[in-house]
Amino acid sequence: MSQFAVEATNIVRTFHDGSFRALDDVTLRVPTGEVFGLLGPNGSGKTTMVRILSTILFPTEGVATVAGYDVVKNPNQVRRHIGLAGQFAAVDENLTGFENLRMVGFLNHMAKPHAVTRSRELLEEFGLADFGNKLAKTYSGGMRRRLDLAAALVANPPILFLDEPTTGLDPQSRQDLWAIIEGLVEGGTTVLLTTQYLEEADRLCKQLVVLDHGKIIAEGTSSQLKSRLGNTVLVLTFGSTDQASLGAGLIANLSPKAPNVDGTVIELTVDSGPAAAADALRRIDAAGIVLVGLQLREPSLDDVFLNLTGHKAEDATTAEAEPTSRRSRRGAKV
Amino acid sequence: MTDTALKFTSDEAQHTSLRWAVSDTLTLARRNLLTLFRIPTAVVFAMIQPVMFVLLFRYVFGGAIPIKGTSYVNYLVPGILVQTTIFGSVNTAIGLAEDLQRGLIERFKALPMARMAVLGGRTIADVARNVMVLIIITAVGFAVGFRPHGGFFNYLAACLVMLVFAYCLSWGFAFVGLTAPNSETAQAMTFPLIFPLTFASVIFVQLIHLPGWMRPFANNQPVSQTADAVRGLMLGQPVGNSVWVSLLWSVGLVAVLAPLAVRRFRRAA
Repeated sequence: MSQFAVEATNIVRTFHDGSFRALDDVTLRVPTGEVFGLLGPNGSGKTTMVRILSTILFPTEGVATVAGYDVVKNPNQVRRHIGLAGQFAAVDENLTGFENLRMVGFLNHMAKPHAVTRSRELLEEFGLADFGNKLAKTYSGGMRRRLDLAAALVANPPILFLDEPTTGLDPQSRQDLWAIIEGLVEGGTTVLLTTQYLEEADRLCKQLVVLDHGKIIAEGTSSQLKSRLGNTVLVLTFGSTDQASLGAGLIANLSPKAPNVDGTVIELTVDSGPAAAADALRRIDAAGIVLVGLQLREPSLDDVFLNLTGHKAEDATTAEAEPTSRRSRRGAKV
Repeated sequence: MTDTALKFTSDEAQHTSLRWAVSDTLTLARRNLLTLFRIPTAVVFAMIQPVMFVLLFRYVFGGAIPIKGTSYVNYLVPGILVQTTIFGSVNTAIGLAEDLQRGLIERFKALPMARMAVLGGRTIADVARNVMVLIIITAVGFAVGFRPHGGFFNYLAACLVMLVFAYCLSWGFAFVGLTAPNSETAQAMTFPLIFPLTFASVIFVQLIHLPGWMRPFANNQPVSQTADAVRGLMLGQPVGNSVWVSLLWSVGLVAVLAPLAVRRFRRAA
């Protein structure tokens, strides 16, 4: 396989006869063997991108190749090289875990003994061996996600697309899934994952693209994105919101970035943490205000996102959600 | 929607060999039948409801419905069989709406399988289901006094005529299932289609007992033609043109509905 497992160039996808641009000139290259993150809030175009790369949707404009094959000209070749696990665990609830995997094996045209062995192997690997003969509708949310991911892996695809793999999962299940994904990458799989959890992108992805309203607004490694913000975040907690807004004015010129005031808490990104903290303390003390708390921390991708888009990633239920209305009408996210 | 999404590329034609298309279709048909028996409400809907219809009309309404030329039970059972197979084809809509809602169709579309196997496997499973229901209703019919005199092979021919009709109609329900947002809505959407076809028909009463304004529709619509054909064959009565008319309707319906469903399928998910 070439250097890039996935190459998408100037992808545009419009809906509603061109009136809505879900993807607007998106270019990305996913290096073989890495985890690549597509980060963005709901409606930013992440799912549309995954659907185009997995041959479910065609791009309106632009060219995309996956494993070297054009998604429009050679969709079947692309399908032989990819696994897709969606945002909603796409398993048949009325089949057992084993039957679900075996069916996917058959549909990948595996011989029966091979499909059976592979299904058992995956159930074992994903901690579902004891539940292989239970109907999937009896599974917990985390188990369903694992089964869904296992189904994407039946044919050992070299490239894996994961669309919000941990959305709606409890912290433990999320950790489990992360460990599984890391294991796959160690085994040589290329992963493109979408997420609106910045923590997830930070933990798993070597390279990131940040999407907002169908456009790439930032790209690079997680640390490159963070360094755009400065090195440290100074967090000050005041006794009241009045004091906080007063304090914000006092420390505003400690950094070229504007302080972010949220209730009684002020956050300020600074180049040098200790110096800024000392300065801030002196000024606030001189004004006769007593601080409730002071903290220095590394910037998170949340800070990056806020800085880039002006809104937080996770509460960004934007007005222009992707026109995948059927999704929103689907049942509960498991 | 741009037309690129509707293009069927040459690559797909080359790689989706007939052999895989058949094997993929059977894989999904088997899965659909397997899951059918795991949903108790579906089994009730499929098996119990038609039996209730037989009993209701045989013992409750039957006495009030005059029939010329044969007993009411002989008139009724072929009609119920036709009604049941048509109701059975509604399952196509429900099944596809469920698969779509759960994201299974999206999964299938990203697999290197024959894409048409999703619709093929669904409709074929629904035919198999209809065969089972026909056997059960036939047995119940005999138990309540149904005595067809058309002979065994005519009985089989009658079954074939209605299975073909229901199969062709199920492509329309495939379209409904792929259009509806969920399976409950899909089922609800089929009622306005099914109700006039099965009740404004000669399934339960002879044409002369229907109101005058309804007769032109009731006499010429495809379900009545199919019911006439099935009843004539089973009871050994003259069938006229009804067998051919029913088969012509079947061909016409599938010629219109299948491309609609396929088009819808390519755009769905």
